[in-house]
Parts: sequence; structure tokens; C-alpha cells
Amino acid sequence: MQTVVRLRSAVCLLGRFPALAGVDLDVASGEVVLLSGGNGAGKTTLLRLIAGLLPLHQGEAEVLGHDLARNRTAHRRQLAFVGHETFCYDDLSARENVRFAARAAGAAAAAADAALERVGLGHCANVSHLRLSAGQRRRLALAVAFAREPRLLLLDEPHAGLDADGRTVLDAVLRAAKSEDLTVLVASHELDRMRSIATREVLLAAGQVCAASPDSARA
Amino acid sequence: MRGLSRFGARVNLAQEASIVAGKDLRIEARSRVTVQQVLPFGLIVLLLFAFALDPDRGVLRGVAPGLFWVTVLLAALLAISRSFAIESANGARDGLRLSGLDPAAIFLGKAAAIAVELMALEALLTVGVIVLFDVSLGSIGPLILATVLATIGVAATGTLYGVLAASSGARETLVPVLLLPVVSPVLLGATRAWEAAIDGTPSDAWPWIGVLAVFAVLYTSIGTLAFGPLLEEA
Repeated sequence: MQTVVRLRSAVCLLGRFPALAGVDLDVASGEVVLLSGGNGAGKTTLLRLIAGLLPLHQGEAEVLGHDLARNRTAHRRQLAFVGHETFCYDDLSARENVRFAARAAGAAAAAADAALERVGLGHCANVSHLRLSAGQRRRLALAVAFAREPRLLLLDEPHAGLDADGRTVLDAVLRAAKSEDLTVLVASHELDRMRSIATREVLLAAGQVCAASPDSARA
Repeated sequence: MRGLSRFGARVNLAQEASIVAGKDLRIEARSRVTVQQVLPFGLIVLLLFAFALDPDRGVLRGVAPGLFWVTVLLAALLAISRSFAIESANGARDGLRLSGLDPAAIFLGKAAAIAVELMALEALLTVGVIVLFDVSLGSIGPLILATVLATIGVAATGTLYGVLAASSGARETLVPVLLLPVVSPVLLGATRAWEAAIDGTPSDAWPWIGVLAVFAVLYTSIGTLAFGPLLEEA
């Protein structure tokens, strides 16, 4: 199994506060890793560090074969991040937002249209982001991520704001990850739902990994 | 092979820049901020100058190039702020950082979109200057060349300082303070080149066109190199 994420004693500071205080983590290709822990445990910071949105202050971090201490932008084309915001433009339609993300990542326009259909937004393709409901915007954020055809998918509370159909779509995507050679890290408080899907759980507390389930224990 | 790969890299850069420029121009076409706010603002400023100096048409004709470029710079401030305001909603700036696009291409794309908007504004303002200030254009060639180079210079500088100010909560007030002193050579060069072109003495315009070309190349080069680190800090 190829290692997609490898962290050793990774420290990330937010101002002077060590939001990550020496994290060790290995994630292999095809894994769906659930990041659990209370508010302020460091889940979002860990995802943003792996995405290269935050700098590594100490330790080692290698993602998709790139050393983040040297270059935290080179791996971004191969990953997709769904955070608390949609990263979309209000004045563009759902289709235009997804196509922009797909073209930027070097993916085909067909991938963008397929991603919209996959999250059940095909009928809203021409509706602007501004006019979508909150739940539809969350689906659109997922479509933007899928359209990039990433090797690594980082999801921060992806179930928040999704209706029952949206959650079912997301669960199906996560279950299909292994067969699609997609590696997923999910920070979530939906523990029961995610434990049935994830191949492994990593519990964070105070910016450190304090427990991890054995590999594939929950597959 | 190295030559081929460099050519390929340039093609990629141009393609990626066109993706960003297309996105920005599409957003402007939808929101109509440029058409409904920036263009009327420019025309109102020209009109106010005409009211203030109306008693003496000779003065108006004499200062028309300077007034034209001051108006363009003021309107450019709105276009630049708008270009970065669209990246601040919904975390779009993080989306742009994560897009995988070359930061140099993002810079070139955003600058190109601003330049296109400014050129549309300048075309309209030129008509305004002819009608309101009773100006007749002498040498069209140098005038167009000076306008294009000055626009590229303003767009490149504006994009660079726009991303610098993007991280500040006071973006709208910081951009003018940072930008206007830096683009004063553009104001001077473009005004002198326009004066020479209007007077029908194009030979006097060429040295100023040279200044505008150097400024445009300088800031486009600085922008392609510096935009990435500035975007990461924004």
C-alpha cells in the first residue's frame, strides 16, 4: 500500500498556540480515516495542514510524495478539500463553479457535469450559488471536490447541513473510495455514521493523536 | 527538449491565466458591477470636472489628458477592489489557493480581466472627453499604444497591491494608499503621451510610451514572481 500522508511530530501553530502539538500519522492509499475528537482538538487544523493551507512549524509532513516543509503547494492539484465554506463564487452557476474547479485541476468538463449529477444537483446546474439553499451549497462543495478527480479527499464536517438524501450520496462516495483508489480523511462528529464507513479512526485531543483503531478494523 | 518544455510551460501558463480571466469576466458580466457602477462613476467624475472648469473651454482642452487618466485611476481602484472582493466571499481565496493553478497564472488572469474592464471604461471615457471637453484626437496610433501600455501597468500594479491588501480588513482604503503613489509614473507618462498625440506631435509621445512599456514589463514581471507568496499570506 502506498503511503499518501505521513506525519512525524508535526507541529502547527496558530499564532503562538500549538493547534497541532506533535502529530504522528500514516495514511495509506484507499483508506477512509475518521478524525474524531472534541471541539478544538485539532481536526480542522490537521486537515488544513495536510492541504497546505497552513505551514508546518516543526516535524515532518509528506503528502502525496511532496515534502510540505519544502513546498506546500505542489501537491494541491491532486487533492480536494471540503471545508466549512464552499469555495464557490456567488455570481456563477453551480455548473460554472464546478467546471472552473475541474479545469483548474486539469480535469475534463465531463467530470464536472458527472460530479453535479453524482451529488444530485443536475437539475440546479444553471442556478447561481447565491440562489442555492444551504444544503444545496454543501452538495455543490462536494461536487466541486469530486470534479477535481482527486487522489486525496479532505472532508471537514461534510454531513453538516446535508439532508437525508445528501448524506446517503456522501456515504456512497465514501464507501466507493477504495475501489476508486481515493484516500479520504474525514473530520466528523457523526461518529456512529462514520464508524460504519471508515476503515480506521484516529482520535485527536489537544492537538495530538491520543488513540487510533487498528488498520481496517472497521472496514 | 528543454526548449520544448519551456514552450509547453508557457502554453500552460497562458491556458491557466485564461481560465482565471474567463472566470473573473464571467462574474463581472453576471454581477454587472463594472457596467452599473464603475462606468457611471468614471463618467460622473468626468462630468464633474467639466462642470468645475466649464467657463473656460481652453483650459478643459488643455487638461483633458490629465483629467482622463485621473478618472481612469480612480475607477481602476474600484475595479481592483472588486476583483479581490469576489475572492473573499465563501472562502473563495482558499479555493483559489487549493485550485492547483500556477500563482503566476492567477496573477496574469486577474490582471488581464482588470485590463479588459479598464479598456472598456477607457473607450467610453474617450468618447466622454471628446464630447464634454471638445478634444479632437490627432495621432491615433501613439494614443492607442500609450493607452494599452498604461492600462497593463495599472492592472498589473493593482493586482499586485490588491492581493497585498486582501488580508487587511481595510482593503478598500488600503488599496488607494498603496497603489496611487506607485502608479504616478503611469499617470505622468500616459498624460504626456496623450498630450503629444492630441497635439499631433507623435515624436514627443514615444519617450513616454517607452516609460509606460518599461513600467508595464517591470510590474508584470514582479507580479508573476511575487503573487504566489502574497496569496499564501493573504
